[in-house]
Amino acid sequence: MPIDKFITLQGTFVPLPIENVDTDQIIPARFMKGTTRDGFGDNLFRDWRYHKDGAPVQDFVLNQGVYSGSILVAGKNFGSGSSREHAAWAITGYGFKAVVSSFFADIFRNNALNNGLLPVQVSEDFLSEIFAAAADPATELRIDLEQQLITLLSSGRSEPFDINPYKRNCLLNGFDDIDFLLNIKDEIVQFEQNR
Amino acid sequence: MQRTLFDKIWDSHVVREIEGGPSVVYIDRHLVHEVTSPQAFAGLDSRGLKVFRPQQTFATCDHNVPTLDQHLPIRDVLSRMQVETLAANAEKHGIHHFGLNNPNQGVVHVMGPEQGVTLPGQTIVCGDSHTSTHGAFGSIAFGIGTSEVEMVLATQCIMQPKPKKMLIEVNGTLGKGVTSKDIILYIISKITAGGGTGYFIEFAGSAIRSLSMEARMTLCNMSIEMGARGGMIAPDQTTFDYVQGRPYAPVGEAWDKALAYWKTLRTDEGAVFDRTCRYEAADIEPMITYGTNPGMGMKITGVVPDGSDLEGNDRKSFDKSLNYMGIQAGKPMLGMPVDYVFVGSCTNGRIEDFRMFASLVRGRKKAEGVTAWLVPGSKRVEKQAVAEGLTDILREAGFEFRQPGCSACLAMNEDKVPAGKYAVSTSNRNFEGRQGPGARTILASPLVAAAAAVTGRITDPREFL
Repeated sequence: MPIDKFITLQGTFVPLPIENVDTDQIIPARFMKGTTRDGFGDNLFRDWRYHKDGAPVQDFVLNQGVYSGSILVAGKNFGSGSSREHAAWAITGYGFKAVVSSFFADIFRNNALNNGLLPVQVSEDFLSEIFAAAADPATELRIDLEQQLITLLSSGRSEPFDINPYKRNCLLNGFDDIDFLLNIKDEIVQFEQNR
Repeated sequence: MQRTLFDKIWDSHVVREIEGGPSVVYIDRHLVHEVTSPQAFAGLDSRGLKVFRPQQTFATCDHNVPTLDQHLPIRDVLSRMQVETLAANAEKHGIHHFGLNNPNQGVVHVMGPEQGVTLPGQTIVCGDSHTSTHGAFGSIAFGIGTSEVEMVLATQCIMQPKPKKMLIEVNGTLGKGVTSKDIILYIISKITAGGGTGYFIEFAGSAIRSLSMEARMTLCNMSIEMGARGGMIAPDQTTFDYVQGRPYAPVGEAWDKALAYWKTLRTDEGAVFDRTCRYEAADIEPMITYGTNPGMGMKITGVVPDGSDLEGNDRKSFDKSLNYMGIQAGKPMLGMPVDYVFVGSCTNGRIEDFRMFASLVRGRKKAEGVTAWLVPGSKRVEKQAVAEGLTDILREAGFEFRQPGCSACLAMNEDKVPAGKYAVSTSNRNFEGRQGPGARTILASPLVAAAAAVTGRITDPREFL
């Protein structure tokens, strides 16, 4: 699936200061019965966001009406557990384009990148500062993928972030891995023959 | 240069290295199930592609299937649609398919090994994080997302950065009533739920060597629960004996050739790991979890930590977790009432697990008020349990043996633990809501599950052994 290009992103963010947010919380298994990539955003954080009867949980951050934006900021070890790509689809389906945390689970990181969702890993200290800055919901973050830099605009503090150069290039240009692999199919056949 | 077991297999599967990027890695076996594959097949269709190597692709349905009345049409419309979509995709692309009423159907990580699809030295992927199970055979096996499933269907390759390597040694003799489930819960409690992220693990040491293949699968299965991509064990005679004669295992000359290669699959003396952890088997006791990630485990006779060493968000997350579980910090859990018992899953749904469970409940009765779901990992496990008379023992003790699937491990089907209820579960995840909205999961071995099932409380199984 071709992905959207990602170059820079600036705006307000939604703080979720919870650690070890596993993919079962991001999208519970019972909402994974779709056969397309669409519609998962409606059930993002389902059991934190809605009561059993479907009524919104008023004090959950997505329901408070205080925070908005296309950047989600979460506690460390975000996306652990199940490999379900539905988690990335739920996050992008809701409208997020980047997730900021001090630590990401491996499979989630790959799934996010394959869907044009940028995982931005920051230091524990910077993450705390971002959460503190959320006291003002108008505070903005700026993520610059070309420079690999994230900036908290209220204090001006910046931090560089890591991303695999190949993946960075894919996001900047909207390429996906399958295009790359299809282009080297002869090499794959050659590899099979030489085994 | 001395290489690790991981290096040897990885290096022999790299098709191309990309400057500053991931490696293109060739995949020997691709396992497919109904929940994480439909979008990948749809992706192939939209590109006008067929599955590149259908003979290396094996599908089964497990995640959302009912565990009763499997001969009837699936009642849940969406689940039925996923199962039917898989069957149609398998037919269209000519891939191996063990559908709902096929005698080889089962949880994908139970089916693969018992069919001999899983072999030493292979690279194996599946759109499921517990693909790490297959590392028990000395293979590189890991879970992938659906975009990656599409990549493998289209090209039999995946793009992965090479992970770091961790050695975990467990030496010595395991105590009475201590199983491989306890070993892995113990290790995760030490390393934490995120502590293995970025690593691929090799398990070694005399306690690991002494484990059966099924026990090794339980151990490798939960490597992902510390964040590791996978875990593996060097193949040895135990491995070869298990594999030989299975339907898809090599035979004749091909077997001899394979065996000669498999015997080279071990970490060289002096090979370097990025991290090494060593544990003593004698320190490990039957384990249970008290929180909402698999790293929150303790010995069954222990007291729940009070969290006093944690600060800030760590403390908040700890308190949130105990609050969800309704469990008190600083208190023991022995004697706590239990509402549900689940035995099954890719972690502990094999024949040895049901033998263990049956050995403890034999001649006893299920406690009043406990609902028990015993779900075999595959049709073959089910058949074997009947053949060995285990199902008779279980029935006499008041237990019902169901039909194979993932069931209450992730509660995608009807097998959901109600909100607020406590379930002792042999599965792999105690996340909030994992076994049903509001359900409270306590992870444990089949022996601990059996002790809970007959007493209705958290009970040390060693009392019965």
